[in-house]
Order: sequence, then C-alpha cells, then structure tokens
Amino acid sequence: MNVMIMGCGRVGARVAGILEELGHSVTVLDMNQAAFSRLPEGFRGKRAVGNGMDGPVLERTGIRDMDAFFALTQGDNRNYFASMMAKEVYGIRRVLCRVYDPGREQIFHELGLETFSPTSVGAQLMVDMLLREKGR
Amino acid sequence: MYVIIAGGGKVGFYLAQELINGNHEVLVIEREAGRCKQIADEIGEHVMNGDGCEASTLDRAGVVRADLVAAVTGDDEDNLVVCDIARQRGVPRTIARINNPKNELLFKKRGVETTISATQAILAQIEQELPTHEMIPLLQMHSGLELVEIRLPNTSPVAGRSVREVLLPPESLISLVVDPGGVPRIPSGETRLNAGDALVVVTRKESLEVLRESLIGATHGLDT
Repeated sequence: MNVMIMGCGRVGARVAGILEELGHSVTVLDMNQAAFSRLPEGFRGKRAVGNGMDGPVLERTGIRDMDAFFALTQGDNRNYFASMMAKEVYGIRRVLCRVYDPGREQIFHELGLETFSPTSVGAQLMVDMLLREKGR
Repeated sequence: MYVIIAGGGKVGFYLAQELINGNHEVLVIEREAGRCKQIADEIGEHVMNGDGCEASTLDRAGVVRADLVAAVTGDDEDNLVVCDIARQRGVPRTIARINNPKNELLFKKRGVETTISATQAILAQIEQELPTHEMIPLLQMHSGLELVEIRLPNTSPVAGRSVREVLLPPESLISLVVDPGGVPRIPSGETRLNAGDALVVVTRKESLEVLRESLIGATHGLDT
C-alpha cells in the first residue's frame, strides 16, 4: 500500500516505521524538517516538508497515488480538515483521523471520518489495568 | 433571522453589528473571554464565550433553530468544522470565510453554500489593475449599463474589421476608439479597428463576457 502520514511526531514516526517494516511504501509529511529525526534509523520512505492542509503541497507529495492517509498532527481541527481534503477532494480510500478531544471525535465520526481518539482509548486502558486483578 | 457567528474578530464583530442594525437576532461565539467582554461592551448580550468548533457549544447557542451560521475565524480548518457541525445539526445555510483560496474546493464539496475569500477578492482587484489585462471596468451606471475599456490584442477577431462588421451584444456601443498613438476618434460604421486600439465601450453588465469574446476572443487559458 502507498500510505501518507501527515505529522511526524512520536506517533507518526512510529506508525511510519511499523508500516515500512510490513513492506508498505510510506510518505511522511511535516511542516518542520527537524521532525524527521524521530523516524527510525534506516527509514527509506519519502520525507516532505509542507502543510498538509494545502492542496498543492499534497499534490506535490503524491497524494493522488495514495491508498491511505493518516492525519496525525497536534490539531484536531487540522486533522479533520486534512482528512476531509484527502477523502473528498482526492478520493483516498482509507483515511484515518486522530482526534484528541473525545467529544470532537464522536462528531467527526458522525460526519463521516474514520476516527481514533488516543484520549478515550488511553483512559479506558488505564482503568482496565487498574481494575484487572493482578496476576490474572 | 437567527444568525450565529463563529469568531469574534474584526470580521465577526462588524458582521454582527450590521446584522443587529438590520434587526436580526445575532449571537457571536468567541473563544477568548477578554474579547467577549469587549464585544459585549459594544453590542450588548449578543456574545457567548466558547469554542464554536465544539458541538456542545453550538448546541448551547441554540444551533438547531439558527437560520444561518457564519464561520469567520482566521483559520480555515476551524471554519470548516463549525460549518460541518452546523449542517449536521440541521442549519439550512452555512457561510465560511476562507483564508486560503485554494481551500475553496473542499468547502464547496462539503456543501458550505457560500464562501468568501478576502484574499481572492483583493487578488481580483489587483488583477483588474494590471496593464496586461485587456478589459478594464471604468464606470458602473445606475441604469445597469457599464463603461469598459478594451484593448484589442493581436489575436483579436475584430482586428482589421470595420465597426459595422463587429457583432456586439444588445445595447452595446463602441463610443470611442483610441489608437496606439493616443489619438481619440468617435467611430463611424466605416472606422477600421486595429490591434493595439483601446476602445471605450458601453454595454450591459450581463453582456460583459459576450463582449469580451467578440472583441478579445477566446478566454485566457483556452489557447487551442
């Protein structure tokens, strides 16, 4: 699969590394060149500097050849915007949008995106850890 | 009409003021508490502190009974979120301020009815002033007539023809011909038009495009 990842933070860099290891072709997009230092050593995928909310930037980076798009910047609304762009303007088949705010995640999902909230998932995980009987 | 305005910056504030003057019910949603107070001092209670990008805030603002939601913050992503949530809540019309003109397509695809881009508007103005532009609006008259200046390019389909031979849209008139040397003439039917001539033409506003085609030729970008 050709996958584009917008936002090369800790999560973005990790997702990029895992996908590449699984044999996928990965393109990473970030506004800040320095962010690419988070990518694992030996990462072979494409690195592009630019704003993922900008159509021409996405086109230059090869959005039209992508099978999947991850929106992983720090801004929930920015992720929403870029995801909608990938989905509606460029017709990308799989678009995954990270949303920190659980309330916003629900509405973004209702508006038609595949969403993921690390806040909800993380909170649930921690509660489960606490309540799980030790040694079980 | 009940209008919700997301974003209490300059655009949002003046928009609210105008609408209030027009006897509409208005509520401005503004994220910054300090700015809310400033707005409230000017226009009274028509302001609410909160994030218009949150569904719960819009619900508190009574979005379900809003006739129109205008998202006018300086961030296109925020404006899209506001409009999308508003429409999902059943608001019939959403208007977004667009800051990056390249984003217009997405807003259109999402069904945001009207999009306004200050950048685009200013750009259009600047393009009108450019000397390379072949049709320059000079004056708009109350009668719906418009006075334009048209410089005939080398590729003009009427270059070398007499005024009588030129097919103009209805209620249009070539009223002045200025040759490249700057000499003005009031044209007769026999006057020959040449490339480089500047024509002052009276026409109807709705005929501008037809006029452009008949005097200048195919639209820019359609070189074939």
